[in-house]
Amino acid sequence: MDTNQYMEMFLEESREHLQSLNECLLELEQNPEDSSVLNEIFRSAHTIKGMSATMGFTAIAELTHEMENVLDLLRKEQLKADEDIVDTIFKCVDALEQMVENIGAGEDVSVDVSVLVKKLNAIANGEPTAAAAPKPVAEKAEKSLEADALDLNETDLSVLQKAQASGLQAFCLVVTLAEGCLLKSARAYMVMNALDEIGEVIKTIPVVEDLEQEKFEHSFEVVFVTGAEDKKAEEILLSISEIEKVETKAIDINKLLGENDSAKGQVPVDATAATDKPAAKTDDKKMANAATHDKKLKSGQSVRVDIEKLDSLMNLVGELVINKTRLEQIGITHRLPELVETIEQMDRVTTDLQSVVMKVRMVPVGQVFNRFPRMVRDLAKELNKEINLTVEGEETELDRTVIDEIGDPLVHLIRNSLDHGVEHPEDRVAKGKPRTGEVSLIARHEGNNVIIMVTDDGKGINPEVIRRKAVEKGVVTQEEVNDMDDADAVRLVFLPGFSTADVITDVSGRGVGMDVVRSKIEALGGVIDVETKVDEGSVFKIKLPLTLAIIQALLIKVQKETYAIPLGSIDSTINITPDDIKTVQNREVILLRGQIIPIIRLAKMLNVPQTQEKSSEDLFVVVVHIGDRKCGIIVDNLIGQQEIVIKTLGKLLAGIKVISGATVLGNGQVALILDVGTLMQ
Amino acid sequence: MGKVDNKDAGANREIQMVAFKLNREEYGVSILHVQEIKRLTDITRVPFTSDFFKGVMNLRGSVLPVIDLKKRLGLPEAEYTDDTRIVIVKVDEISIGMIVDAVTEVLTIDSAHIDTPKAISDGDSRSENTKFISGVGNLENRLVIMLNLNEIVGISGDAK
Repeated sequence: MDTNQYMEMFLEESREHLQSLNECLLELEQNPEDSSVLNEIFRSAHTIKGMSATMGFTAIAELTHEMENVLDLLRKEQLKADEDIVDTIFKCVDALEQMVENIGAGEDVSVDVSVLVKKLNAIANGEPTAAAAPKPVAEKAEKSLEADALDLNETDLSVLQKAQASGLQAFCLVVTLAEGCLLKSARAYMVMNALDEIGEVIKTIPVVEDLEQEKFEHSFEVVFVTGAEDKKAEEILLSISEIEKVETKAIDINKLLGENDSAKGQVPVDATAATDKPAAKTDDKKMANAATHDKKLKSGQSVRVDIEKLDSLMNLVGELVINKTRLEQIGITHRLPELVETIEQMDRVTTDLQSVVMKVRMVPVGQVFNRFPRMVRDLAKELNKEINLTVEGEETELDRTVIDEIGDPLVHLIRNSLDHGVEHPEDRVAKGKPRTGEVSLIARHEGNNVIIMVTDDGKGINPEVIRRKAVEKGVVTQEEVNDMDDADAVRLVFLPGFSTADVITDVSGRGVGMDVVRSKIEALGGVIDVETKVDEGSVFKIKLPLTLAIIQALLIKVQKETYAIPLGSIDSTINITPDDIKTVQNREVILLRGQIIPIIRLAKMLNVPQTQEKSSEDLFVVVVHIGDRKCGIIVDNLIGQQEIVIKTLGKLLAGIKVISGATVLGNGQVALILDVGTLMQ
Repeated sequence: MGKVDNKDAGANREIQMVAFKLNREEYGVSILHVQEIKRLTDITRVPFTSDFFKGVMNLRGSVLPVIDLKKRLGLPEAEYTDDTRIVIVKVDEISIGMIVDAVTEVLTIDSAHIDTPKAISDGDSRSENTKFISGVGNLENRLVIMLNLNEIVGISGDAK
């Protein structure tokens, strides 16, 4: 089978399931008894197994198969999910991730899983692991035929009774499929068909629906009545291929009936019957969990769309808006009230349409956040710290382009908080803080921006230490440091070549640090700031634009030409007279609040053709900044602030300096967007 | 495009051309390359580009580069009139608008009636502008100069 065309789908889905495995395992670690989480884990593992087997990645299928064995025992409560088991499963998930990524990169799949497989086998066989030996709830080899083991209800029993009365014999068949059987449901179906020919199937364990969905291991049980002789059914079933063995046991109905009566009134705690029926005594918490799982399933309903298609959709909407503006003008000039009225309604629809299209491009930050709980857990273990991560506002939405880029800086910030921020438990206790450190990751909307905060209640950043280190490393001079207030001193951590960790650990402190985070955030049009108090903790606050496709910009005029300057890089706009311009070494500068700022005459810089004399003496200056550097741009007129949709200039005009793109204005004209960075060079 | 035309010349096929005027001469490009023809609209000048590069225009929401074809071919300039049109062509996935004086009609020329550019270059084949010409169509006393769009669009190297 040519599986290449399914490769992309396989990779995507595998990643999703691995992510859900990670999340569920974390939850399982907290609530080892939660069967709904276990079921979810089992489903994910099972799906990965099925997919990888179909795609021919046997190593993945093998490992997930072994995982399933252990998970099944957990599900049947024959094992308890202790730390050792969860750790092992986490390692398996890591190995699976590695293998999936290798496949994605087109590399050799071979990751050595033999150690993990052995470990899983050991756990499955009940060999003593670090803690909590498996509870010997039931001997698996010897299936007891108690009523509650088969979980027969009264209807089943009465059917059995009638069958016996009419001279039929009841059996329980334990059918075992061959190892490596791929189409288990098909085999199960064949078994049912064969049995239907010679008798009647009363009940199966697990239930028929589960058999159809392959929600079972290699064996299943069938309660069956027939008039045929004992071994007939066994013979027929063994003739079906891939059936390894069939065990037949006669059922004594009278005995069952008696027991069932005596069992009445007791709470049925059926350990071995692995039906998916949730126990009636499900408490509120479990209900709540189930509800969240349902929600997860619901939110999973989506369609994958190429981002290019969304871009062209947005183009079309933009065009619609422009044409609507033209219609508006026609309506006004020709004084057609009916037309104006219709256009007003159209206006509302197009505005809605525009915002919907924008929303379609948005994805919740949860997509990035969801990998952090696992990371924090592992890091905390590695660092021997106790840390509790709180994540808030996962539903906050950001443009896809921003989401793709924001992951690395956040990883960096969180690692920093864990490594440098939160202290060791003993130190915390000594300081009178709770043993467990609190790290939180919070996202929320603020106007046209999204704020992401990484907070910890650790030791904070000591401005004195920063001052000393900064001078030591030659980042700044002693005099500069003396002039700084504490908040500015702490901000020195964002300068290149700065790392304060006394000991360089594997986690962070390798010299490339916060400056990389800052440049990445700034490249996304955002800003980062830090607030800290010694021994109370630090807050890193990232402010990001909602989208990179639409930005707020200031429209300005030079002669008859209109340009857009991204609002993010604008400091202020001021009015000056020609006398305010001084020269320093033949460069024109102005003084702004005591600071010397170089100025650029945009008309000269862009060779704008002179078409009109400037009437007034006043000059408009737009003060822009990149990092700490400022610069004044002299323009003829300020039009105003506007939301603009960024478009590229295309292949032919790529690489033109000073211009970063173009946008279409409401009147249909194209305005160029200035690249402040290159303008200042 | 030049290659295509030469091959067609051997096969005696008919070629459909969009014909337009630059000053008093008639030019043509293969209809297969023409996406649409628009009236002159606002064109935004882009700094730091060659002088024949007129700027960018808004084509239904996307930004399209526009050149002045007369400047590109080194012909004398003239004021834009009511007849001035922008012919939007697509070559190698690149769309570009070309400003022409007027679009006349869609012509069908038999490839037998197309001469190679050498015939008109009166010996001086090194002339800068002959590289833009792929042939000359002879249509009952009308001469249609056929343009080599690859050369005309290949302005990325010239843009400074």
